[in-house]
Amino acid sequence: MDYAAVILLEVIYMIAFLALTSAGLAVVFGMMRVINLAHGEFVMIGGYTTIACAKAGVNVWFAMLVVAPLVVGVIGLVIERLVVRFLYGRMVDTMLATWGLSLLLVGIVTLIFGNTAISIEAPIPGYQLGNFQMGGYNLFIIAITVLIVLGVWLILRYTRIGLVARGAMQNPEIASALGYNPKAIYMWTFAAGAALSGLAGGILAPLTGLLPSSGGAYIAKAFITIITGGASIITGTLSSSVIFGAVNQFVSFASGPVIGEIAMLALAIVLLRLMPQGITGRFFRNSA
Amino acid sequence: MTGAFATAGRMRWGWFIACALVLLLLPLAYPSVGTPTLLAIWALFALSLGLMWGFAGILSFGHGAYYGLGAYVYAIAATNLGESTAPLLLSILVPAAVAAVIGALMFYGRVSDVYLGVITLVVTLILFKFMNATAGDAYRIGSARLGGFNGIPAFPILNVPGEPDLQIFGTPFYYVVIVCLLGCYLLSRWILASAFGRVLIGIRENEARAELLGYNAPAYKTAIFTISAAMAGLAGCLFANYAEIVTPSLFAMNVSAEVIIWSLVGGIGTLVGPMVGAAALGMLKLLLGMQTTVDNTLVMGGILVLVVLLVPRGLAPAVAGWRERRQQSGVLKSQAQGMRRRRRAAQSG
Repeated sequence: MDYAAVILLEVIYMIAFLALTSAGLAVVFGMMRVINLAHGEFVMIGGYTTIACAKAGVNVWFAMLVVAPLVVGVIGLVIERLVVRFLYGRMVDTMLATWGLSLLLVGIVTLIFGNTAISIEAPIPGYQLGNFQMGGYNLFIIAITVLIVLGVWLILRYTRIGLVARGAMQNPEIASALGYNPKAIYMWTFAAGAALSGLAGGILAPLTGLLPSSGGAYIAKAFITIITGGASIITGTLSSSVIFGAVNQFVSFASGPVIGEIAMLALAIVLLRLMPQGITGRFFRNSA
Repeated sequence: MTGAFATAGRMRWGWFIACALVLLLLPLAYPSVGTPTLLAIWALFALSLGLMWGFAGILSFGHGAYYGLGAYVYAIAATNLGESTAPLLLSILVPAAVAAVIGALMFYGRVSDVYLGVITLVVTLILFKFMNATAGDAYRIGSARLGGFNGIPAFPILNVPGEPDLQIFGTPFYYVVIVCLLGCYLLSRWILASAFGRVLIGIRENEARAELLGYNAPAYKTAIFTISAAMAGLAGCLFANYAEIVTPSLFAMNVSAEVIIWSLVGGIGTLVGPMVGAAALGMLKLLLGMQTTVDNTLVMGGILVLVVLLVPRGLAPAVAGWRERRQQSGVLKSQAQGMRRRRRAAQSG
């Protein structure tokens, strides 16, 4: 019974992890059709910001929930102005340029922090579930992911900003005729996506040690999650997170974590072959 | 994408023979051929991507998969067989076969550009994760232990076919690599000059039109993907013989990123561009590796961003376009001069 609860918690945690690490990428891809391959590095920089602030004596919650998204959001804003804005509509070129950015950011972080792992302790202690020792911080990650997904959905669905943003993405000419500047909207959307990535990085920072190359671990999973999810930000990310998270954890429990990840990646290939437009290209077409 | 860039252009045999002679005579002037060998291997790897990307418009974000497969297949087969001829062939055939399956899966599935990038990348990641996890005795193929993170060291290197004791290394190995590189270049030229290559270029330019004309686009794309993977496999096999060890880092994303950067900087839509780009940036990478202030990834990343922004087709087409414009403006100038001369002649006469 305890064991079943442990497995269930781990599956839910994995789903939350995928949704959390993909959220920033999903906003940018879903709204702007831009695939940001530097996404993993945004997450990594969010983590570094949190750890650096925490070591400098800043409250760790403040560092992860406020400072990390702000810093990465500003970095995203700068990158949008300097690079991404010239490449809208050129999907493959954007992927290449952001891949270059990802290498560049890894190089810069290596230059500043050195190529050694840094870490902080999880601010929530573990707890006992029957005979199993569980990480209390995982529960926090699940909770905050639910809040973030809910927040993004509410903003997109029920606020003026969300309406304008969605409108500008659907038809930039009409939005511009109505007095909204699509270029500014693109810029802020990209920055918002970057801030979400930074937030994810900050939240995940206490969980694992960080290296400058840590971003690579996030980008692959986030990438397949949003691409398999398809164009709808919330529904797509959630549905593919559920599928991949469940498959990853169940296979991991059956035959080891590496096979679990391989199963998830192989499933991504099969799903893309069956549904080249992603899950929401085939099902849930009219969802947010 | 018109005019001079649409095809590989005319074969300039004079230049080819001159370059081949320089490469073949290099060991006489510069006897330590280690670095030139490595650069030539990287050039072959970049050629394999440049052929597919430039002329069929297929960009693989994980071409390292086939490079690494070539290296691993050679190491495993050579450990088991001892003699190197069959392993060499296998290191070409196995990546080709894998690519044929994956290519058919993608192209018959009508997977678009971006999704193609995801799938090719994921294939590399799977191999990377798998090879890293193969430590321990359970993972062995014949007498070759896969060795997980540490890879496979100490396998028999290339030998003269049929003579396992006559191993090829040093300058003779350099010649093997150069012959492979020149051979693959000529093969690529021949492919592009053939009807098959023309159809590929047609598909790149307008897939729907090519299909309406009756060409089976997925079959053509799968074929070029397979050929490209075979070349990458050969490059990987040569690299394994150069390094004398294969490790999972061959499948790392950096390898796939680097080959894209080399090809792109050199020039997409040319064959020489990727090779020169690989040699030049490979040299830069080796030089950067000798010092510690500036990181190699930082420089490569910066170069990639700048090239995509400023010269999105790479240097070779940019230079060719500049020369063409200069020639055209030269023609215009001489025409204008001729007109002025005639007018003056008419006035004075």
